[in-house]
Amino acid sequence: MTVTWYVVLSAVLFAIGAGGVLIRRSPLVILLCLELMLNAGNLALVAFSRAHGNAEGQVFALIVMVVAACEVVVGLGLIVAIFRRRLPLNVDDLRELRG
Amino acid sequence: MIYVAFFAGAIGAVGGAVAVIAMRNPFYSVLALVVHLVSLAGLFLLLYAQFIAAAQVVVYAGAVMVLYVFVAAYVGAAEEPLWEPIPGQRFLAPLLAAALLVELAIAIIGTGLSALDSNGPTLPAGFGTPTQIGNLLLERFLVVFEAASMLLLVAAVGAVTLAARSHPRAEADEAEGPAA
Repeated sequence: MTVTWYVVLSAVLFAIGAGGVLIRRSPLVILLCLELMLNAGNLALVAFSRAHGNAEGQVFALIVMVVAACEVVVGLGLIVAIFRRRLPLNVDDLRELRG
Repeated sequence: MIYVAFFAGAIGAVGGAVAVIAMRNPFYSVLALVVHLVSLAGLFLLLYAQFIAAAQVVVYAGAVMVLYVFVAAYVGAAEEPLWEPIPGQRFLAPLLAAALLVELAIAIIGTGLSALDSNGPTLPAGFGTPTQIGNLLLERFLVVFEAASMLLLVAAVGAVTLAARSHPRAEADEAEGPAA
C-alpha cells in the first residue's frame, strides 16, 4: 500500500468538499463541507508523515483539528445568531456585505 | 489484509463525503459526516497515527459532531429553494470541483517526491503513540501548543458573544418600549 493511494484519496475528498461548498446553500451544510476539506488536508499530512517516518506531520494534523474546532464553534455561533434574528438561513439571501 | 482495510476505509470516507452533500436534511448530513470521520480514523490507524485516530474519534466524531447535531436540531431542516441566483450553478459547481480534482491529480502524478511511491521507511517502535506526540508537543512545539490554547479560548469567548442573548440591560430597554 504505497503512500500515493492515501494522497490520491485525500485529493478526492478535498474535491468533494469543495464541490459541496459550491453547490449547497445552507450555511450549516457549508460548514460540514469545510470540515470535509480540512479532514482531507489532515489525511494528506498524516500520509506524508508516514512517508517520511517523521511524527511532526501528526502534530500538524492535531493543530489543524484545533483550528477546525475553533472554526466550528464560531460558525455555529453565527448560525444560531442568524436564526435568532429570524433571518433566512440561506447564503444567497445573506449577501448585503457584498455591496 | 491491508488492502481490504484501506479500501473499506476509503469507501466509507468517500461514501460519507458524498452523502454529506447529497442529503437534503442537514441532520442526515451530520450523521453522514460521523461515518466519514470514523472511516478516516481507521485510515489514520493504517498510517500508524494511533493518537490522531483516537483524537479523531473522541474529539471530532464525538464532541464536535454533538455540537453540530444540537444546532441542526435547534435550527431545524431549512428547505433549500430551487431558485438559483447564479444561472447553471447546479452544473457549473460539479464541473469546477472536477477541474480541481484533475489539477490535484496532475500535481500528484508529476510530483518529484520519491517517498510517495514507497511504503515509507520502517518505523521505530512507538511511532505515533501519545508518548511521542506528547513529547513533541510539549518540547519542540510548545509555542504552537500554547498558541492553539489561546486560539481555543478566543473562539470560545467569541462564540458566547455571538450566540448569547443581547445584553440584559438592552433587553430591559426593549421591554420598556420606546414610550418609557
